[in-house]
Amino acid sequence: MSDTEQTPAVPAQAAAPAVETVREREPLLEVDHVTLRFGGVVALNDVDFTLYKGEILGLIGPNGAGKTTCFNAMTGIYQPTEGQIRFRGEKISGKKRHQITRMGMARTFQNIRLFPEMTALENVQVGADAHHKTSVISALLRLPRHWKEEREGREKAERLLEFVGIRKRMHEFARNLSYGEQRRLEIARALATDPVLLCLDEPAAGFNPAEKEELLQLIRQIRDQGVTVLLIEHDMRLVMGVTDRIVVLEFGKKIAEGLPAEVRDNPKVVAAYLGVPDDAA
Amino acid sequence: MTTTIDPPERRETAVDKLRNGRAAVADRWHHAPRWVRWVLLAAVIVFFYALPNKEFYQYLGPIPTPGANFTQVLFTVSIYVLLAVGLNIVVGFAGLLDLGYFGFFAVGAYTVAVLTSPSSNLKTLWPWLLVVPIAIALTMVSGVMLGTPTLRLRGDYLALVTLGFAEMIRIAAVSSTFLKGQRGFSEIPHPPGKYADGRPFFGVLDARPYYWLVLTLIILVVIGVRNLTHSRVGRAWISIREDEDAAQLMGVPTFKFKLWAFASGAAIAGLAGALFAGKQNFVNSQNFELLNSIIILAAVIFGGSGNIVGAIVGGGLVAYMIERFRGIELFGIELYEYRFLFFGLVLVIMMIFRPQGLIPNRRRAAEFKDRRKEVIVGE
Repeated sequence: MSDTEQTPAVPAQAAAPAVETVREREPLLEVDHVTLRFGGVVALNDVDFTLYKGEILGLIGPNGAGKTTCFNAMTGIYQPTEGQIRFRGEKISGKKRHQITRMGMARTFQNIRLFPEMTALENVQVGADAHHKTSVISALLRLPRHWKEEREGREKAERLLEFVGIRKRMHEFARNLSYGEQRRLEIARALATDPVLLCLDEPAAGFNPAEKEELLQLIRQIRDQGVTVLLIEHDMRLVMGVTDRIVVLEFGKKIAEGLPAEVRDNPKVVAAYLGVPDDAA
Repeated sequence: MTTTIDPPERRETAVDKLRNGRAAVADRWHHAPRWVRWVLLAAVIVFFYALPNKEFYQYLGPIPTPGANFTQVLFTVSIYVLLAVGLNIVVGFAGLLDLGYFGFFAVGAYTVAVLTSPSSNLKTLWPWLLVVPIAIALTMVSGVMLGTPTLRLRGDYLALVTLGFAEMIRIAAVSSTFLKGQRGFSEIPHPPGKYADGRPFFGVLDARPYYWLVLTLIILVVIGVRNLTHSRVGRAWISIREDEDAAQLMGVPTFKFKLWAFASGAAIAGLAGALFAGKQNFVNSQNFELLNSIIILAAVIFGGSGNIVGAIVGGGLVAYMIERFRGIELFGIELYEYRFLFFGLVLVIMMIFRPQGLIPNRRRAAEFKDRRKEVIVGE
């Protein structure tokens, strides 16, 4: 509880005009003093932050800082050893992964994990199916529900492919898409589950500057549609350019949190992460 | 060294020709107008309905089996086709390696035997037709019972557990007094139905009606499976096969759909078992050897897993090939004795030249093509 009062208060007031969406201050995802141990290894150590509705939060840190572990704990893949994670006020632990997805959390993967032998369209349809109820009986007998959901899913999938800009390739197998298209397809598939919170795990990895710029636009558009975004990213320029707030992890501990400008000037962060000369990446 | 490089190249071209030929056929099929496809499909179906008539098949050259009653062989083949279509759901679509599929066939056959045969301890003597739905339901239940604890396992582990399941069923059949072991159940009733003159339609001597019955059911089952695979259910199955973790995180209740795949596959095997018992009149423990599970799995892979037509062709060809060797003598050797040797040989050749199966699903074909490229690049 203490974190919800403490973290946002100062920077929010100060930066309110610049970051208007943060004004609502409705907590969406609360990472509440989470510790995660694998045997003797402490992957996350008392990590504590909150994600507010409508913002773009960056989660950064050097390699091995525990970003993806944190991400996995948040999406229900790992159970925290101590502390808890609440999404829309409900505890995540003990929930099945597909239930968490239905609650409105969607993610992409650092190393792309599409369904390679399905078409782009089918990949997105799988995401859309998260909220569908057609099961064996209705599919077998082609009941009206099947037709209705099939049509809805198809329309939604085409719309999303259009949104991420790969509609022309919708009948292509995911494995045959280019790297950039695959990254976009992953985002479309995640969006198809109607998320409230979209978690992007290094979506710009391997992109050239032009592609990164397009991705920035895309992320902003997603946010403008009311989806909260959590972004894990290496590329500091991208993070600084798009996020409203940043949380910095190092060795499984949170070392800083705040507006991009604040974080950039934080000596701890500089030492841990930006201290290396490739600051501008 | 040159000799080792030469032959594969020459074979390669022959295989390529075949491959291109098939691709051309597939291409034509996909671009043919709808009515042409329907007419061809109808022709194929009519052909198979007409097949067990001597007036028809005597003109088919070497196709009829010399050493066995061709109609009987057709019945066996059709049962294998049905089983292959069922196993294809589990292995081909959902990607669950099930080595004990024949166990479900046994459950179906034994359910019919126990509930209808006068030699059963239950003495229920129910009619065949009434017991068929019960047999299907029971095999589904056994599928769910086996699946609930085991579908949390993946890959190799699942294969081992299902293998164990089939063995359990077989050993129960051999040693339980209730299931009669070798002595088995006799006088299992046939399906109902009479000719106009009062003779039963499903008799002892003529296997044709049974074949037609199975053929009809295959068509219905294929329509059902197609409906499933072209829906949310099929997408869920394929997504599980492709990447189970990603599927879960995209909101697919993977466990539920894996269980459904298992249960639907089991139901089809149960139906096949019930048909087999109704035809055979007699069921004992010797009908359910482990080898059968392996043959069906081989048939699915041979035909092209993940493709319904592939499963049908695979199941049909494999079962037919095995029977075809009956009664052929070469240099005084009865070839039937060595049928599995040839079968194994064909499989090995297949896996070298066409690992994706005869009629792969388009996706698999693409994948193997890619791997081929990778190998070449790697060299």
